[in-house]
Amino acid sequence: MRVSEEEVNRIANLSRLKMGEDISQMQKNLEDVLSHFEKLNELDTSNVKPTAHILPVENVYRKDEVVESMDRDLLTDNAPQREDGCYIVPKIVE
Amino acid sequence: MESYELTLKQTIKKIKSGELLPSELTKDYIERIKSVEGDIDALNETEFDSALKKAKDMDEKIKSGKAGALAGVPYILKDNMCTKGLKTTCSSRILGDFVPPYNATVVDKLAEADAVLLAKANMDEFAMGSSTENSAFKKTNNPFDFSRVPGGSSGGSAAAVASKQAAFALGSDTGGSIRQPASYCGVVGMKPTYGVVSRYGLVAFASSLDQIGPLTKTVEDSAIVLNAIAGHDKKDSTSISAEFSDFTEGLDKDIKGMKIGVPKEYFGVGLDSEVKASIDKAIKTFEELGAAVEETSLPTFDYALSAYYIISSAEATSNLSRYDGVKYGYRADEFEDIVDLYKQTRTEGFGDEVKRRIMLGNYVLSSGYYDAYYLKAQKIRTLIKQDFDNLFEKYDLILSPTAPSVAFKAGEKEDPMAMYMIDIYTVPINIAGLPAISIPSGLNTEGMPIGLQLIGKPLSEKTILNAGHRFEQARGDFPLPKL
Amino acid sequence: MQDIDLSRQGETFLCRSFSKGVKTMKYETVVGLEVHVELSTNTKIFCSCANEFGGEPNTHACPICTGMPGVLPVLNEKVVEYAAKAGLALNCEIANFSKMDRKGYYYPDLPKAYQISQFDLPICNNGYVMINTDGKEKKIRILRIHMEEDAGKLLHEGTLGSKVDYNRCGVPLIEIVTEPDLRSADEAKDFLDTLKAAMEYVGVSDCKMEEGSLRCDVNVSVRPLGSEKLGTRCEMKNVNSFSAAYKAIKYEAQRQIELLEDGEEIVQQTRRWDDEKGKTFAMRGKEEAHDYRYFPDPDLVPVVLTDEQIEGYRKSLPELASAKKGRYIEELGLSEYDAGVLTSSKYIADYFETALKEYDKPKKLANWVMGDLLRILKDEGILPENMQSNPKLMVEAMKLVDDGVVNVTVGKNVFEEAFRTNKKPEQIVEEKGLKQISDTGELEKMIKELIAENPKPAEDYRAGNKKALTFYVGQIMKATKGKANPKIVNEIIIKEIEG
Repeated sequence: MRVSEEEVNRIANLSRLKMGEDISQMQKNLEDVLSHFEKLNELDTSNVKPTAHILPVENVYRKDEVVESMDRDLLTDNAPQREDGCYIVPKIVE
Repeated sequence: MESYELTLKQTIKKIKSGELLPSELTKDYIERIKSVEGDIDALNETEFDSALKKAKDMDEKIKSGKAGALAGVPYILKDNMCTKGLKTTCSSRILGDFVPPYNATVVDKLAEADAVLLAKANMDEFAMGSSTENSAFKKTNNPFDFSRVPGGSSGGSAAAVASKQAAFALGSDTGGSIRQPASYCGVVGMKPTYGVVSRYGLVAFASSLDQIGPLTKTVEDSAIVLNAIAGHDKKDSTSISAEFSDFTEGLDKDIKGMKIGVPKEYFGVGLDSEVKASIDKAIKTFEELGAAVEETSLPTFDYALSAYYIISSAEATSNLSRYDGVKYGYRADEFEDIVDLYKQTRTEGFGDEVKRRIMLGNYVLSSGYYDAYYLKAQKIRTLIKQDFDNLFEKYDLILSPTAPSVAFKAGEKEDPMAMYMIDIYTVPINIAGLPAISIPSGLNTEGMPIGLQLIGKPLSEKTILNAGHRFEQARGDFPLPKL
Repeated sequence: MQDIDLSRQGETFLCRSFSKGVKTMKYETVVGLEVHVELSTNTKIFCSCANEFGGEPNTHACPICTGMPGVLPVLNEKVVEYAAKAGLALNCEIANFSKMDRKGYYYPDLPKAYQISQFDLPICNNGYVMINTDGKEKKIRILRIHMEEDAGKLLHEGTLGSKVDYNRCGVPLIEIVTEPDLRSADEAKDFLDTLKAAMEYVGVSDCKMEEGSLRCDVNVSVRPLGSEKLGTRCEMKNVNSFSAAYKAIKYEAQRQIELLEDGEEIVQQTRRWDDEKGKTFAMRGKEEAHDYRYFPDPDLVPVVLTDEQIEGYRKSLPELASAKKGRYIEELGLSEYDAGVLTSSKYIADYFETALKEYDKPKKLANWVMGDLLRILKDEGILPENMQSNPKLMVEAMKLVDDGVVNVTVGKNVFEEAFRTNKKPEQIVEEKGLKQISDTGELEKMIKELIAENPKPAEDYRAGNKKALTFYVGQIMKATKGKANPKIVNEIIIKEIEG
């Protein structure tokens, strides 16, 4: 199972990760694991329904009643950068 | 006998009777931690001040008769469960100095039961791993042999219980992360049915597979902890609504006539011969107890590992995408723009194994590959569940080794694939959402523990605990290392 | 750049390129809309924070809607109810089984780096809306409606960088996707008006575009008239009002036609509508198609609605616009046109019906509502949903006219004053001394004098020009500052003229 370097870069971008010299190592790791996954093709699953939830649970809801929001200072206390109660990110140009 | 040698059951009894004062007990455990932790390195953060305070409060509360079921009992929590006001790291750099402003539901429940939190335990980063070697901070050593791993990802919790640093610990299990370290460290580790224990506040790895469970010295201890942490939580949409009765009830019931199946696929090529011998011996014990044990088959066994890694990586990559240096945790020092902020932060903050799984997860979900991998794995999941359902038509329990071997030497498994193969006996259980327990069955010639796994159908915890308890009694004492 | 003359003929564009000689090609505009509607529930979709517009940044936020580690979403039952009702109002099939999926992408206003939405099994499918553009009725099909959570907001004026506010994060949205059935900017506007009215009628959203509770992405493509194949489309974002949608469609269609006429191909892309400049611009960095990696959200369980429940929702819906319109025609005897105008907005219809309870003359009332109320709203720039005035004020003004206290013209002015000041009409009449002059004695005297001073119109009237009266009527009204009773004035003038 081959994974091209271009593929690795595409996935790295989706993952918001930078690949450096480790790119070939990552390539190999992915190929090894994906090769192992080939085994799944031995099973014919054309008539099998996928399981998205292992529990036979449905319709779990919450009542539409307001609960006071967390104090802003407490909520944003872990922010690496804060200003005027807002989280700060590098300036975004739209 | 030192107080840390006591089982949880004995500890509770002595606290209730007044023989043991919570504040004294906590002091004992703090001393114990100080004396052995240097060799084991199981803990990320200790919370001695708050523990002593809570224990002192319990001295009074016990006298009043209004104390909770675990009043004054010191415990250790795997560091992926949020503790309000206390640093929670998941043994990762990317959480930085994150201090949650909320508790995980299990922490609230244990606080209501008046237990005393001693420390947060080391783990594989974000629960990804089978040896705790993936921790961004340090390795944890197996109390039976310091040169060996304690297993993972709840290695810190298992090692802490095995080295008697707490009366019990909580771990989390996604593909075997409670059971396998329990097996490696000679303690009891239980994963309840998916949905029995709330996941609220458990930092998510793979949402449809994760469950929190106890690590203890005995099966009965496990039942006691389960009583305190199980139950419906309206903050967790995947939490089961069923009423749970006392898990410690019926432990001594006779297991004559209990039907136990042993799938032959668990006894394939990779299984260590000494582990096999120990399990064979355990099977004899069950037969002597009157159970009917027979060989059976789990046809989809070979496919479970692949299905597991596809599903868990996909869910993990999505769950970990929120770690971006904006709202909390680590943020890279240098970056050009927002995209660079994300990439620098995540590249610097995540360890290698986590990055591998993030990449793998995005691969199997990405457009063009979804059907071949993720969808396929979900279908395999259906088949695996069906296989187990079929088995549980015939059997009350399924028995197997917990892991193919005993704890290996640190650094021995460098190849990620080799590490993944360790989970082979435990992952099918998470895929099917079943309850399972690992109980020490014996030691190998090197003196390393071997674990026996009992698996039940959904919500059959009591059957598992009953069988496990009877086995434990027949097996006799299982001594933990004298440290 | 060639001179291009784009004359609109019906719904198609005639495009003549002068430098190439006269060449005509008729093009058709094809438009599809994706409308995001904020639901007016009390709380957000997955947590119990208040669903409120405005507020200091991050004061309606919690660990769940800011994506902290270990937190879990729980679905608000009202969101499901409102989504189903919206679907019923738009003639959709409500799914018995639907589920939530994760849509992954990175942007700072999205704290989990995924949005919880619905991918392949949305809650509503296959609906439609009837629009009426230029007298032609047309069915606009709705492909699907799904539930999803809103993202936060970026405020760009921070000193250290852009500021992120998560108040809006987690607000419940429904996304309504149409088939590409619209063929003009007018049709699109009519569709949006009808959609907005429908949402107001079922009460699931306040649809205030200025507060962002209704947002629209517009997909535009063009093709030669008669062609079956769809052209390459461009998606336009940042369309923040119905008039913006109208202008954007016209601009974009023209832009695409010009490109095609120049022999160029349309590049499928996302473009940003700049309302100030009146143009669309290709958006930076959005060229590569997003790989959203949808998969079922493992933290949430499926939404299963029985046929009984769906029927229950249907029964609990208030009377919708089309039913109301029909009733106005059948039971109140109003014309199709009048009924249409009155029911075009729930708020106008409510106003009308409230007034009707105390003033049971539907045709007369309809005239005042359409002629006066709507005019005042337009002049003042007030949207019906923001209207604060009590219908009683109109009823009182109308009764004053009926009782002869003021004439119709004055009565309408009094109503307008009452609307603006909230004062009771009676009070206004008192304060301004507007009572109608019906005292025949006084009027007779005035009229006699007037005719004496201006005999010609009287002669014209006697000669057969009945319209000549209007001079006298006008003068008297002027002299009495409009307060004279026109009926009596007319009678007296005629009496004086005819002798």
